[in-house]
Formats: sequence, structure tokens, C-alpha cells
Amino acid sequence: MTEQPFLKIERLSKRFGAFTALKDIDLEVRRGEFVCFLGPSGCGKTTLLRAIAGLDPQDEGRIEIAGRDVSRAPPADRDFGIVFQSYALFPNLTVAQNVGYGLVNRRKGAAEIKRRVDELLALVGMPEQGRKYPIQLSGGQQQRVALARALATSPGLLLLDEPLSALDAKVRVRLRDEIRALQQRLGVTTIMVTHDQEEALTMADRIVVMNQGAIEQVGTPSDIYRAPETPFVADFVGHMTFLDAVATGPGTVRVGSLELAVTGNGALTPGEPMRLAMRPEDVRTRGIAADTPNRFDARIARIAFLGSFCRAQLSPTASPGTTISADFSTNAMRDLGIVEGETRTVAFPPDSLRVFPARESA
Amino acid sequence: MAGSAVRVPAARLEAARGWRPDEAQVATALIALLGATLVVIIALPLWSLLSKSFQDGAGAFVGLRNYLIYFSTPTLFASLLNSVWVAALSTAIVVPLAFVYAYGLTRSCMPAKGAFYAAALLPIFAPSLLSALSLIYIFGNQGFLRHWLLGASVYGPIGIVMAEVLYCFPHALLILVTALSLSDGRLYEAADALGTARRRVFWTITLPGARYGLISATIVAFTLVVTDFGIPKVIGGQFGVLATDAYKQVVGQQNFPMGAVVGMILLLPAVLAFFVDRFVQRRQVALLSSRAVPYQPKPERGRDLAFLGYAISVGGLIVATYGVAVWASFVTYWPYNLSLTLKNYVFENAEPGGWEPYRNSLAMAALAAAIGTALVFTGAYLVEKLKVFPAGRAFAQFLAMLPMAVPGLVLGLGYVFFFNAAWNPLNVFYGTLTVLVINTIAHFYTVAHITATTALKQIDPEFESVSASLKVPFWRTFSRVTVPICMPAILDIAVYMFVNALTTVSAVIFLYGSGTKLAAIAIVHMDEAGFIASAAGMGAVIMLTAIAVKLAHIALNRFVFERLQAWRKR
Repeated sequence: MTEQPFLKIERLSKRFGAFTALKDIDLEVRRGEFVCFLGPSGCGKTTLLRAIAGLDPQDEGRIEIAGRDVSRAPPADRDFGIVFQSYALFPNLTVAQNVGYGLVNRRKGAAEIKRRVDELLALVGMPEQGRKYPIQLSGGQQQRVALARALATSPGLLLLDEPLSALDAKVRVRLRDEIRALQQRLGVTTIMVTHDQEEALTMADRIVVMNQGAIEQVGTPSDIYRAPETPFVADFVGHMTFLDAVATGPGTVRVGSLELAVTGNGALTPGEPMRLAMRPEDVRTRGIAADTPNRFDARIARIAFLGSFCRAQLSPTASPGTTISADFSTNAMRDLGIVEGETRTVAFPPDSLRVFPARESA
Repeated sequence: MAGSAVRVPAARLEAARGWRPDEAQVATALIALLGATLVVIIALPLWSLLSKSFQDGAGAFVGLRNYLIYFSTPTLFASLLNSVWVAALSTAIVVPLAFVYAYGLTRSCMPAKGAFYAAALLPIFAPSLLSALSLIYIFGNQGFLRHWLLGASVYGPIGIVMAEVLYCFPHALLILVTALSLSDGRLYEAADALGTARRRVFWTITLPGARYGLISATIVAFTLVVTDFGIPKVIGGQFGVLATDAYKQVVGQQNFPMGAVVGMILLLPAVLAFFVDRFVQRRQVALLSSRAVPYQPKPERGRDLAFLGYAISVGGLIVATYGVAVWASFVTYWPYNLSLTLKNYVFENAEPGGWEPYRNSLAMAALAAAIGTALVFTGAYLVEKLKVFPAGRAFAQFLAMLPMAVPGLVLGLGYVFFFNAAWNPLNVFYGTLTVLVINTIAHFYTVAHITATTALKQIDPEFESVSASLKVPFWRTFSRVTVPICMPAILDIAVYMFVNALTTVSAVIFLYGSGTKLAAIAIVHMDEAGFIASAAGMGAVIMLTAIAVKLAHIALNRFVFERLQAWRKR
């Protein structure tokens, strides 16, 4: 990365009494990038966002925005717009007054403010709605107004704190696409906090997965999903079966009496106890030949119908005490006639399997 | 806070745009100013009282000597015992009475609940001593029902207890209605589904649910009676209680140290009550989960009629008692010539100032409401919404909660010792309207502060964050958003301050000057001078003024906030 990062965070720490909310966070965000902070509640993602905003300053560490050290600057001296889960629209002001709230202070003429407000309302798809009060709008509309208000002063950095969590599922999906499209059009550097992995995977250029006040992994959505670096990330993003295993060679592990090849995990030390992680959707049932790696027979113990696919619990014949989740599309269920209780040959491609040292608990 | 070195670029940015005051510094200065104000109007007067109780008349430190004298003087010590048993008896009567009334209002389908609720709240709008004046008309030497007392005199514990029960009834009722409304309807449905007997439901669900409300009401009633001055002054006769002792020591004998000792003793039950109440409040909140469904009573003829009968008798009794006082104030010569007249309202006959005390009261109440509301609400905002200077905010919060534990009489004594002290440059205010206004604001600070804090807590905490991100200073958001949103609560505070400023006697009895006598104090003086009808008349005028203000408040809420401000509609 030769370009100067837009946002640079160094060794950031914050404590609330005895509780460590952030420990030693280092992070760089490029200009124009859309970054998601993803993690379970209490992982420190909102704390980090509020530290960047200067709303809850960190105890230690340094924050640089656009090459300027703002570590101790009050929020008003940083250059950002923010949208909250609660929208935080001023209920006694109209939509137009809300959007123009930050403009009034900047010695701009009424006509200029009105033009800018109209432009912003059109931008978020709400033209002609300026005279309504927030209470007269739906949740999705309120969130659009909050977005317009945050963008009004053309900030260099847009911060979104769980902006979609309070909305219905359908509205959420639509607004998610709109926010992403808007962000790309304006090119504004954006950080969004979310606990919804689907949101993070679909919207972000890069995802920062956090757990217990620390960053677990930073990467593109497909990195995070395909190549989780820690058991936590593997478990938190997507569904994952974890099995106790023992390394038997540089690229093989054994689960019970089942020997499986794993690639792309670095060299393994034979005899070392491991945790094997496999995604349910990586199961193969078609085109399995005698030389297909990692093929084994398994009994289909239970099938749960989940709409567009079914999740089956597999019990390998060679290791009957083990249970592995496997997803079959509704198509596959129908074409192959998969039913509970039968035994079938399945395979997990070696590059789809991840192994982690056993002492790191997920 | 923010180091000046790192702000240089920002400052340069601002210079181009024009000067902008530093928000953090303004906030810190305002919090410091609030803290200093509260120290002067609350902490220092109380400190003066405390130190005075350990000094002799000349101001030398004498340790516990004043306390030893107090407890070894039989007449003084007897007053302490009198206060305790009178308060205990009044409490034991008023709490069950109010509980049944509250139960009827919340758990039955009796008709006209609003009217009965209003009737029971009547005493809040009058000075406490108006109930005592009424009882004198009814059971006193000229009373039309005096034979009901079987020869006993109403002047003394009997009269005090009766008047205190009337006066405390609405205070206990408000707490119990709240406690009984905070019940989960699902519990009753579950009990019903299990076929639980009525009696068992009451003992296992209703009573435990209202337990903390009952404790609270008991404490509040007891404290009100122990610290009330007006009623024992008017109807107590030779029966000494703590509150009248404090008055006699300070005003009558100019024995300030002994007055301070009595004040300190009066502080005890109130402080104790304060802490028990805090504990109870915390437990009560946990009782009701956010998913609870409020209990909805179903019509039931027998029960509803029984509660209606009860409400008519108790509510009717309250209205009738106050009605007698109003009626008697228009009577020519009670009870021999019952023809109506306005001569008792020509206050010049009974009180040198004439109507002046009433005008003083209006001015004082209006000033206390205006200044007090501005101070309390701004203060609550600084404490609740700002993030700088946490130690200063915690200190201000502590001082704001303190007056709750301080009876008016005790605060009034503290003001005498503090504002009357020769060394204090503020003593120029002694006896002026200024000190009366300040004292009233301090006296009723806590409830107003809690009202403001509650309203502020309901506002999205991110408003300040959004403003900061938009580079709008907090004072602009305060005036443009916070104040308009909280206008109903602000009005509540103003009306609370106004009504209490009109009716209070205990704190200001030590503080008025020749030109600043208040209406409630004029009642005490007219009663002392034997002009009972005029005293009752002045009480009636105060009561009607307070009710009129309250009605205007209700009308404003209904027509302005609910109809004209569309953005409030949920």
C-alpha cells in the first residue's frame, strides 16, 4: 500500500473500569473505502467507532484522519458525519430542518441551504418530503433522512453505527444496497458497525472482525469467509462444524478413524491435536469418483428443512460418534432422492477444510 | 481536557470562519457555576445549621453541650416524643385509608375516577394549616360538631392528627396509585387460570406488588407530619412538637443554638427516610419488566359499588372539610350569624399589610417558578447530557438530591444562620424577596430536578453526538431541540414550583421581612391574632389561585401540546 491511508489508528486502548473495551487496536483505512466492523455485541466495535468520532475518547493510542492527528480533538474538530441505529432525528424539526441542521451554522444563505437540502433529499430518494416531521415517516425513511443529514456538510468520513438494525428485514436489504451504491457514487470513506454478517459480507470492501476488544482478522469478505484465520472468525461468520482431530502428516489430519487431506493451512506437525473446521455447503455428493480425495460414507441422521436448502447431520460410517453438518440444495434433495437414514458417499474438497491448533477455543 | 497543542489546526480552521468559543471550556465553566450556586443555596446553609448546633450563643465551640441540654430539658424532650407518636398515629391512619382509595381508583371499575382523584388531591393546593383552620370551625370551641369529641378538645393531638391525615392523604395516595398501577396483568391472568381464590390473589400478588409503595407512603407520611409546622402551630394548643419548638426557640427566645439542635433532630427522620426511599425505589423499578402488560380491571357490580361508596365518603370528607373553611370565610359571625359577607376579605382589618402578603406571594411564586425552572432544567441538562468535568457533575448531582432529605423548616433555619450572619456579605438579602425566592427554589429543588432528569433521559442520547459531528455547539441544540421537546416537563416544573411557593409556610416563616410577608405567613399571624375567618379567607384565596394555575396548566397541555404540535403525536 503506497498510498497514504485516510484513517490511521495506532495502539488504541480503552477501559471502562476493570473491563477492557479495546486493546491495542491498529488499523488503516484507505480513502474511499467501505469498511465494516463486525462482531458480537460487546466486542468493542461501537466503542472503536465512537473513539474515531471522538465521542468517547480512547485512553491510549493515536488516531489520524487525512494526515491530521486528532487523537485528543473534540468531535467538532474532526471531519465526519454519523448515523445512529436510533436515527437520532430531532423530532421537533422538519425533515428539511434536520438535514440543514449542520449547514445553518456555517454562514450560508437561506437559498443556498435550501438548494443543498433539496439536493440531499433527492440523493437519498426522498424529494418533496422536506416539510414532514420525523414522526410522520417510516423507519426506513427516517434512516434516509439521517443519512442525508450526515452527508450534508460533505464530511470526509461517514460513520454508520448499526444503521439498519432497527428496520424490517425487507427494508433492510433494500437500504443496504442503496447505501452501498450511494457510497460508491460519492466515494466517501465509510465505516459501518454491524453484528449482521450478511450485511458486512454484501456491503464492505473490507471487513474488520472483532472479538473481546481485539481485532481477529481484517480482510475482504471472501477472505473472511473462505480463509478465516482464527476459530472465532470461522465460527462467527457463516456456519461451521468443528471436530477434534489429530495431525497425521504435513497435509493430513485424522478424525476418529477418518483420514482427511487439508491444503492451504501451512505445514502440520504430526501428532499435534487440532480443530478441524468444515462448512456445511462445501459437501460434495455428485461426481464422486474412486480417486476423489476426502471421500467417505456417511449415514444421513437427520434432515432439517430450511426453505431454499436442507441441513443434514451426517454420521461417518468410519467414525459413527461424529456429527457433521451438510447443506443440500432443494434441487439436490430432489434429484438425488436424499432421505433420512440412508448411507451415502460424500466428499469435502481438501482446500475447503481449515485446521486450527486445538488450544485456541472457538 | 483537550490539550491545546493538538487543536492548533482546528483553531486555524475556525479562524477563517470566525471566532467560536471552545465548547469544552464553556461546558466546564457552566458546570462549575452550577456547583457553586448549589453550594451557596443548599450546602452552606446546612453547614451553618450543623455548626451552629455545636456553638454557644456567642459562637464559641461547645461540642455536644447543646444536645445534652436538649435531652435533659423535660419540656423539649417531651416534644420529641410527642412528634414521634403523633406522626406514627397519623401515618397508621392515613396509609390504610389512602391504600383502599388507591385500590378503588386502580383496581375497580367505579365511575368518575378522575373526579375522585382530583378531590383527593385538593389538599396539595392549600397550605397545610388550612385543614387545621377547618377543623377548628367544625370541632373547635364554636364548632358545630364539637360534641362528637365527647368533651375532648380539638386543640392538641386530636386536632393535629385529624388535620395531618387530611394534609398527607394526597401525598400517600399519589405514591400508592403509582405502585398499584405498576402491576403485571399477566400475573393475575395466570392466577385466574390456576383457579386461585380472590383473597389469596390479594395476599400473594397485589400486596407484595405494592409492598414498596406502602413502605414509601409510610415514610413520606411520617416525615411530612414530623416536619410540618403549620398544623401544630394553628391547632396544637399547648401540645409541643419539634417543629413548633424550633420556631419558639428561634423566633420567640432568639436561642439560635437550641433552634439548631431541634433542626438537626428534625433532620434525622427525613435523612433516614431519604435513604430507605432510595433503596425502595431501586427495588421497585426491578419489579416490572418492560414486557409486563398493565392490569385492566373488569366491571363487577358489588365491588365497584363498594369502592364508589368508600370514595364518596372519603373524597367527600376532604372536599367538605376544605369547603367548610371556604364557607366560613364568607360567614359574618361563626356560628351565630351565618349570613354571607365579604368583610373577612378586607384583610386590612386583620393584617396590617392587607392584601400585600398575597401580592408578595404571587410575585415570589412567579419568580421562583421562572428562575427556579430555568436553573433546575439547565442544571439537569448540564449534569445529564454533558461529558466534561465528571467530578463536577457528580458533585452537582449530589447537591441537587440533598434538599429531598431536608425538611423546609430545617432549610429555613439554615438560611437564618447563613444569610443573617454578620460575616456574610450576602446578608444584605436577608428579609428581602430575593432570599425568599432562593430559599423556595432550594427547598423544592430535588423533585424538580428529578422531573427534568427523567424527561432528559427519555431524549435520544445521540442528539449531542449528532450535533458535535455537525459542528453545532451544544447550547444551540439545547435551545433549538432539547428545550422544545421537554416543554411539557418544563411546565410541570414551573407549576410545581409555583404551587409549592404559594402554599409553603415552614421554610419561609424565618425569612420574611417587614415588606415581604407572604400570604401563608399572614394566615399564621391572622390566626394568632384571632381573625380566623380572615385566615381561612386568605387560605381559600391561595388554594383557588393554585387550582387555577393547575387548571391552566392542564388546558395548555391538552390544547397546545397535544393538538397544535403535530410532531409530538405518537
